[in-house]
Amino acid sequence: MSASFFFGVEVFMNGLMAGVMYSLVALGFVLIFKASGIFNYAQGVMALFAAQTLVGLQTGLVPFSHLINAVFGTEVHHFGWNIPTVFAILLTILIMIVFAILVEKLVLKHLVNQEPIILFMATIGLAYFMEGFGDLMWGSEIKTLDIGIPQGGNIWVEEATAGLGGEDFFGFYLDTLDIYATVIAIALVTALVLFSQYTKTGRALRAVADDHQAALSVGISLRTIWVIVWSIAGFVALVAGAMWGAKSGVQFSLSLIALKALPVLMLGGFTSIPGAIVGGLIIGVGEKMFEFLIGAPFLGGATENWFAYMLALLFLVFRPQGLFGEKIIERV
Amino acid sequence: MKLKTATAVALAAILGASPALADMVFPSLSYRTGPYAANGIPFADGYADYFTLINERDGGIGGVPIRLIECETGYNTEKGVECYESTKGEGSLVYQPLSTGITYQLIPKTAADGIPLHTMGYGRTSAANGKVFNNVFNYPANYWNGASAIVNHMLEENDGDVKGKTLALVYHNSAYGKEPIRTLEELSEKHGFELKLLAVDHPGQEQKSQWLTIRRERPDYVAMYGWGVMNATAIQEAANIRYPMENFIGIWWSGSENDVRPVGAKANGYKALNFHGVGDDYPLYDDLKEHVYDAGKAAGAGDQAGTVLYNRGVYAAMLAVEAAKNAQAIHDTKEITPQQMRDGMEALEMTEEKMAELGMPNFGPSFKVSCENHGGPGLVSVNQWDAEAGKWNVISDYSESDMEVVQPLIDEDSAAYAAENGIEESCS
Repeated sequence: MSASFFFGVEVFMNGLMAGVMYSLVALGFVLIFKASGIFNYAQGVMALFAAQTLVGLQTGLVPFSHLINAVFGTEVHHFGWNIPTVFAILLTILIMIVFAILVEKLVLKHLVNQEPIILFMATIGLAYFMEGFGDLMWGSEIKTLDIGIPQGGNIWVEEATAGLGGEDFFGFYLDTLDIYATVIAIALVTALVLFSQYTKTGRALRAVADDHQAALSVGISLRTIWVIVWSIAGFVALVAGAMWGAKSGVQFSLSLIALKALPVLMLGGFTSIPGAIVGGLIIGVGEKMFEFLIGAPFLGGATENWFAYMLALLFLVFRPQGLFGEKIIERV
Repeated sequence: MKLKTATAVALAAILGASPALADMVFPSLSYRTGPYAANGIPFADGYADYFTLINERDGGIGGVPIRLIECETGYNTEKGVECYESTKGEGSLVYQPLSTGITYQLIPKTAADGIPLHTMGYGRTSAANGKVFNNVFNYPANYWNGASAIVNHMLEENDGDVKGKTLALVYHNSAYGKEPIRTLEELSEKHGFELKLLAVDHPGQEQKSQWLTIRRERPDYVAMYGWGVMNATAIQEAANIRYPMENFIGIWWSGSENDVRPVGAKANGYKALNFHGVGDDYPLYDDLKEHVYDAGKAAGAGDQAGTVLYNRGVYAAMLAVEAAKNAQAIHDTKEITPQQMRDGMEALEMTEEKMAELGMPNFGPSFKVSCENHGGPGLVSVNQWDAEAGKWNVISDYSESDMEVVQPLIDEDSAAYAAENGIEESCS
């Protein structure tokens, strides 16, 4: 087979890997929407905040150092120690749980029984608050995140497949970081599915997702469930933030990865965890193959975002609930 | 009687004293928040610190103190225009919008208000034609000079012959990113190299397709016109596919510490263009330390000194101060108007001697602005990142771009703008 065929296969595989990265972001949206009907606009900023916190703790940055220095005229920036990555991750998870509790206490508690659009607006406010708060806490400079996952083309894959398509084919390129991200995503989804199917809390989450009133009537605490869901979404945000942050540094633009999740959600459905994964893979492969076959050769390139949203639009027309979403029929 | 005497003495003192000079107002349209804050902060700090130095050390420009008005744009065009509208009435002498989008909005506004605009290394390239854009200046270099400098560097490395070579341009899919395409097309025709265009969607965090293409087609050189996260991502992807970093050259907006540090050691050897010095090994920094940093008057957190973008802010402020001095001399007045500032900018000449006098020897190229040429000769140097030392090294002199190719493009584009807007070419 010709080198062109194998290049196509390479693009396909890289599309799958990119799709996994999109799915990681989309998962956070799905979890919160499924349990509370809230489209959490702040999910991207949560990923940024989690990654900022992780790198800040890891490298021993003093939180709010700019503020402290401005107020007290001090010159403190670092504690002078580095925390091992595992402990930094655990501490970050703890901070994301505290964040979830605060969101529930300060925002959601006061908006019970409000229209979904009100809750959505509240998450927009939360996103802007978190943007500023994150910068104030950790500074807005670009930070390098090293969580011990190697980056770059996987040499083993490259050497094992070199020459498949003749001497013009140099072997498949697969980024080692993407391979790790795929394994982590599989583990994450498996854990989430097992949690929601086989634990008492998981069943309570599903009950709340199905019917708030019915869940309340059997004694499930809606507020506790919200804290748990936002904590899990915070953990997912940390995973997404760490993976994307390791690729291009922890910086403000990390919050914009949410843009990549939207078409995935439209495609996979807002209420399905497997939908977020399958949606991500379809978007990832679709946009990469379109760019490879049509976009770059005939349309001047940079068609990926356009294609992802076009595909999502098509799904909205023909299957508004997405591939795996719940079809809601309201009869008058 | 005593009261009368005291009043008379006070009145005499007031009348006898020399009249107080008004401040010289320099607005700073900064972006310390938003997606590009990491790049906006060092520039804004450098810009502010230089003006503080002039106030603290020299008592202002010709004895007139400088008042800096900082307005936060968040790199957002609408906010930038709001900043302009809210500060122009303060007697603002020159605007440096720090965004190509804001620049395009301000070109007609500043022309109507008679306030000069300095877009150093960005904005509308054809504004270099001062006969059409009377109020706009983009010295010492513009985007098309940058494109030419990249090709000049290729020529230097290949003994003047790049026939048959391939140059891939990885560019931000926006008006800014597309700026060099026409120039590179002309240059590819002239020198016989093949040009491959690879657009990257905003914000540029996902570039797998573009770098798989580069891996497949193996161009001899890759040029980049990127900004923000796109830069670090591109350099990371280049490292991932093991593209030789010494053949990867970015424009000056893709050549700060923020772009290479996230990639770590693998960014070693990456090159970027520049039109000013790097680091803090200049006598000027001794003055900044004495009068600004140690005096606790540094802008922001005071931790940006010597970075590429901080130096760019310092350089921009220095050029503004020199133009203001020119304006004072030309019009024989301490208190200058924006229109007089414009005249000062048009008469600006930077020489090696002047730079040395300012404590910035070889910090920037020598150039002369004229009515016909508001852009200067486009002298650009090449910097290279040393990852181990964590610093940029200047690896070439400031060299001229190919004005044979660039000038006709400037003339053509500015003539089209003049025709569209009913402007008659003239030197005021």
